[in-house]
Amino acid sequence: MVNWIWLFFIVASVVVAAFTGKMDAVTAAAFDGAKSGVTVSFGLISIMVFWLGMMSIAEQAGLLKKLAAMLGPVVRWLFPDVPKDHPAMGYIMSNLSANLFGLGNAATPMGIKAMQELQKLNPHKETATPAMCTLLALNTSSITLVPTTLIAIRMNYNSANPAEIIGTTLAATFVATAAAIMADRWYRRRLKAPPGGGGDV
Amino acid sequence: MYELFSTLSAWMIPGIIVFIPLYAMLRRRLPVYEVFVDGAKDGFGTAIGIIPHLVGMMVAISMFRASGAMELMLSAVRPFFDWLGIPSEVLPLGVLRPLTGAGSLAFTADLISTYGPDSMIGRIASTIQGSTDTTLYVLTVYFGAVAVRRTRYALKVGLFSDLVGFFAAIAVCLYLFG
Repeated sequence: MVNWIWLFFIVASVVVAAFTGKMDAVTAAAFDGAKSGVTVSFGLISIMVFWLGMMSIAEQAGLLKKLAAMLGPVVRWLFPDVPKDHPAMGYIMSNLSANLFGLGNAATPMGIKAMQELQKLNPHKETATPAMCTLLALNTSSITLVPTTLIAIRMNYNSANPAEIIGTTLAATFVATAAAIMADRWYRRRLKAPPGGGGDV
Repeated sequence: MYELFSTLSAWMIPGIIVFIPLYAMLRRRLPVYEVFVDGAKDGFGTAIGIIPHLVGMMVAISMFRASGAMELMLSAVRPFFDWLGIPSEVLPLGVLRPLTGAGSLAFTADLISTYGPDSMIGRIASTIQGSTDTTLYVLTVYFGAVAVRRTRYALKVGLFSDLVGFFAAIAVCLYLFG
């Protein structure tokens, strides 16, 4: 599916540009996009290095296991095929808690680390496991308690009540996450049911 | 309420940074600095490995926006929004949000500055922007880091929850502030 979406973006861009006469802009946009891809990755280096260092202290000190044990039942329900005291559990937990508190730049390194741990359990290294898909589902909808960036922007434009969107955001994010979990469960069940099912849907 | 949250989030990161090494040192006698350096090593390689994935995606997305293809796609659904009584100014956000975090943030800021943060459009835009993450970015980075190529149904689930979140944000705002 990713392949088709990618191809669609590129082909549609050139076809539409042929009609709108924006071919030059599309060419420029292609290279701008490439540049920002590199810039974003470079921006990731510093936070990855820092948080992975911190997290390895936390892991060796047994803090991740404690965190995983604390919220164990919920995470075990969400990730039934990950062994109970596998290191992935601790990273999943810290990824989810970082998201919850709006610590976006800490959430990404922990999520990546969780993916790497889940990859160790993966029998087919090039295909995503159901546990990976669940982690992705939780991260794309990411429950957020405090949307800090948005509140800052609203303050910047002199909102009478910059924080009034906390409630609406919480409601929307809750609905989105519930939808993600349900959809994930549905696909996961379908994956297990028929023989020869699954694959790249 | 906001005061409390902002104080809390200001203390959160420093709190974690102090607590983890302190606990490891005092309770477990770990050589904290050495453990830090050892674990941090992986970060560089992981971030570099994501470059090809991100470049590929961002090229496609910025071409799509620059060509006017996105605008074309939106104009097809606009009448439906008008019919539902939803301000169609927020429509581009529904498409931008899952694709690009920076792009949709810029668009949200633009809507807020044009219509005001306390207008219905401003509130809806803030809620949409705050309530989900950039699905394509998360997918690219997470799967890129472990070199998984076949992503199964992950993208579908992500986009579905974005769609649900988009309409939930609009519905909640129309109900609460309308």
